[in-house]
Amino acid sequence: MPRRRDLGVVVTLIVGASAAGLATAEALRRKGYTGRLTILGAEPHLPYDRPPLSKQVLSGAWEPAKAQLRPAEALAALDAEFVLGDPAVHLDVAERAVHTASGRVLEAENVVLATGLRPRTLPGQRTLRTLDDALALRSDLPQCKRAVVVGDGVLGAEIAATARQMGVPVTLAGPQQAPMELQLGPVVAGLLAELHTSQGVDLRLGAAVTGVEDDGVLLETGDVLPADLVVVAFGSAPATEWLSNSGLVLGNGVVCDSRCRAADGIWAVGDVARWHHETLGRLVRLENRTNATEQAVAVAANILGADQPYTPVPYFWTDQFDAKIHVHGFAGPEASVVEGSLAERRFVVRYHRGGEVVGVLGWNMPKQARQHRQAITPRCPATAAASTPGAA
Amino acid sequence: MKITVDQDKCCGAGTCVLLAPDVFDQRDEDGIVVLLDAEPPAELHPLVREAASVCPAAAISVSS
Repeated sequence: MPRRRDLGVVVTLIVGASAAGLATAEALRRKGYTGRLTILGAEPHLPYDRPPLSKQVLSGAWEPAKAQLRPAEALAALDAEFVLGDPAVHLDVAERAVHTASGRVLEAENVVLATGLRPRTLPGQRTLRTLDDALALRSDLPQCKRAVVVGDGVLGAEIAATARQMGVPVTLAGPQQAPMELQLGPVVAGLLAELHTSQGVDLRLGAAVTGVEDDGVLLETGDVLPADLVVVAFGSAPATEWLSNSGLVLGNGVVCDSRCRAADGIWAVGDVARWHHETLGRLVRLENRTNATEQAVAVAANILGADQPYTPVPYFWTDQFDAKIHVHGFAGPEASVVEGSLAERRFVVRYHRGGEVVGVLGWNMPKQARQHRQAITPRCPATAAASTPGAA
Repeated sequence: MKITVDQDKCCGAGTCVLLAPDVFDQRDEDGIVVLLDAEPPAELHPLVREAASVCPAAAISVSS
């Protein structure tokens, strides 16, 4: 089969029409790419943003249109072809051809993999990953007598907070001692637990969930948490099953070099990409919103020949009740307040390890946290907190 | 170039300030974006376009 490049037409195919895929397309155009651009999306929707799904869209404060990433005129100006509602099912690496569920075969000079995450769940239970998930939950929550959110990470804590603000009786279950302890460290996670409790969330933490029964959620202790609505938010897996027979190296994501390249002409970006972070000296995969767009800029530059490593400081934020929490770098048990005060619930803490600053967190001090970000040692040690399931 | 910001969508990440501090700032009290220059000079346009594209809340719009 003749390759399109043999015909003199340069084509870039982006598989995934969410934040990372769209930002890659925008960065390519911004950097002067004039070739053809195709964006393939599994969902039928034009690119929309996911962080508002568990907050403003779920609560009803925003209609879905407000979560769209770009207005129609901006998408038109991108001069890209959107192929939506047609999931990719196979990648032929040698031909750089992507096969879709409807039978399309899309060939390209460069293929960018931006397929994101698939939520882990329990059989038959609902999750929150897509706009459709959020709208279904928004419609059903007000009718329920007691909702149980399974999962004490970022997404679970956000769903519990939003549901509570909608007036729904909510229980939050998970194995940690406090919500988001992995991402916040014990001190700040303890404050978050206090906040949830003060707002009426029933925290049932410190015990793993083992299943869901007709009348509620079963814990490893044998206790049953009564529920007539259950949402599972205990993590996600990179959406790579469609690549399993592609020959690419897969392992907790699409494994890439420091340029975010998985193979010749094949790149990965966003939640699905696990690349060699040169300053951390190891493979890293980040599930957060800022990484989706920052990595997109790096991938677009490398497609166009920049040959630069991608070495970000991880960052995510979460909004729960009146708390706006921003985390740069990595949290941990060693924390010291450098601005504001814990008692006033307005502070910046620095996280240390071995005498080095490895992270900065702001609680209702986003600007000040960002200003402290430069104190973070570039070569901060590896921790599990690099991955922030469900985080914005 | 004309820039508009949606303070209701802004999440306070400050990504725009890191890229283009002459154009964007954040409020001290809550980190929400403040537009310093809605029509910046041409040499800043590439950074402003990047800021709009990478904004994690899609809160910045640019028209030409």
